[in-house]
Amino acid sequence: MIRTREQIIETFLLISAFITIFTTVGIILVLAIEAFKFFREVSVIEFFTSTEWTPLFTQKHYGILPLLSGTLLTSFIAILVALPIGLAIAIYLSEYAPKQFRTYVKPSLELLAAVPTVVYGFFALTVVTPFLQSFIPGMSGFNSLSAGFVMGIMIIPIVSSLSEDALNAVPASLREASYGMGSTRLQTAIKVTVPAASSGIVVSVILAISRAIGETMIVAIAAGQQPRFTINPLVPVETLTAYIVQVSLGDVQHNSVEYRTIFAAGITLFVFTFILNSVSHWLKNKYREKYE
Amino acid sequence: MNRITLNRIKDKGFLVTGIISTFIGLVLLLIFMADIFIEGAPRISWKFIVSLPSRIPERAGIYTAMMGSVWVLILTTIISFPIGVSAGIYLEEYAKQGRLSRLLEVNISNLAGVPSIIYGLLGLEIFARVMRLGSSVLAGSITLALLILPIIIVATRESIKAVPQSIRDASYALGASKWQTIYRQVLPASFGGILTGVILALSRAVGEAAPLIVVGALAYVPFAPRSPLDDFSILPIQIFNWISRPQHGFIVNAAAAIIILLIITFAMNGIAIYLRSRWQKRVSW
Repeated sequence: MIRTREQIIETFLLISAFITIFTTVGIILVLAIEAFKFFREVSVIEFFTSTEWTPLFTQKHYGILPLLSGTLLTSFIAILVALPIGLAIAIYLSEYAPKQFRTYVKPSLELLAAVPTVVYGFFALTVVTPFLQSFIPGMSGFNSLSAGFVMGIMIIPIVSSLSEDALNAVPASLREASYGMGSTRLQTAIKVTVPAASSGIVVSVILAISRAIGETMIVAIAAGQQPRFTINPLVPVETLTAYIVQVSLGDVQHNSVEYRTIFAAGITLFVFTFILNSVSHWLKNKYREKYE
Repeated sequence: MNRITLNRIKDKGFLVTGIISTFIGLVLLLIFMADIFIEGAPRISWKFIVSLPSRIPERAGIYTAMMGSVWVLILTTIISFPIGVSAGIYLEEYAKQGRLSRLLEVNISNLAGVPSIIYGLLGLEIFARVMRLGSSVLAGSITLALLILPIIIVATRESIKAVPQSIRDASYALGASKWQTIYRQVLPASFGGILTGVILALSRAVGEAAPLIVVGALAYVPFAPRSPLDDFSILPIQIFNWISRPQHGFIVNAAAAIIILLIITFAMNGIAIYLRSRWQKRVSW
């Protein structure tokens, strides 16, 4: 009796665990099937080389490059903000700050990542853009600079928290040897601990990039909805995610090419984040072997 | 000035940089919040919370969006809690070291990195279209449940891992079966941690807008949902909609609705942190 019950429970638990596999399979199938249908109607060459993305206009062009450049531009600006600040925080917390201070600061920094992204979008549009416009006269109301900046603030905790873990994992003996040679804390950080923790820091940055690439609401609100192949941070652009939102809000017929464009954009996004996440996963495993 | 003094000055210089960096994000967040509060607080009233949406900003309220968020929160909890905790238990207590558990682990960590909007595409195609749920609260909630599943599983595993083996051995020695041991010993001992993880995951779900926009949640619904198959809106989508309108009155409404959303998010985070600290104090092996 008990044995049957145990068996039933174990099966139920196993099925629950397998739901995560079904989710992955579902995501890949949905994206692949719809993207396949999309590429039956749109040439792959046009998709990867055309610099115009206008599926919702009468003159239709299906070049993913403008959406891709918008995504990469906003993410690049975000990393430009998050990397120096996040790394400075990590070095400060691991090399300078008292342990007590660290236990309070780390959860407070996590707060930055807990704020809903639609709120960050509001900040970017109504606070950051007007502020920057007072310095940069020609700046458009929608632009990748403020969206990227605010996104950078949001991903600070990803960089700082994971980098700090990596710095803390550096054996104390290395640090002590450096101090013994008469180095200051900063010299120790730059010459010893940061290089020793470099793979962990790289992992944190890759995960932060991946998070920025997939971020939706901030860019949908503040970066605009105009696909544009540019690296100018002052003009409106559109990211892959913002395009998906734009189409979802509109009235697009199911089974039309327009409907499938969001899956084409989706699979591009998925491939990018999947590669980044896999690289970070691979690096993390390699680095774990080094210290344990 | 000799090199030693210079290096000391650089060292102190970085100390200042580090402190500034640590607080710059939080200070900016505080400035943003203050700005939102000044703009939105005067708009908040009981009437704002219980009013239906409207074309006139001064008459519009968040009732339908708020009820939508409550529906989504409840359904997402009902779906994700049992599945996530079960999967966590399986991986920690049952799965044997091998190819299968390795596959499950890698898969879960990969899922945690998939952008939320991709889950929206999954929900749109599978739940809204193939399963014919339409753009309903249920379709949205299943989508969000899948989105937060990895967070719940990881939290469950970590809490269960913290329970010492001796507790299990003692239970087995008294003749308990595996499930009896888990249900009566391991789960009660790790429940605080599990609950913390679930609440944190749900607070993330409350703030998500992108996947639900893709599933088809609307910016405007005339009534609050009455069943899981009704159309719905949620607070973040209502905020997004108000932000995208030109009239200043709607920006004020958005600020007011953001204050309410932030109160909900921070309250959930606060409860989670409180539970974690209480649980850590009480259970010491």
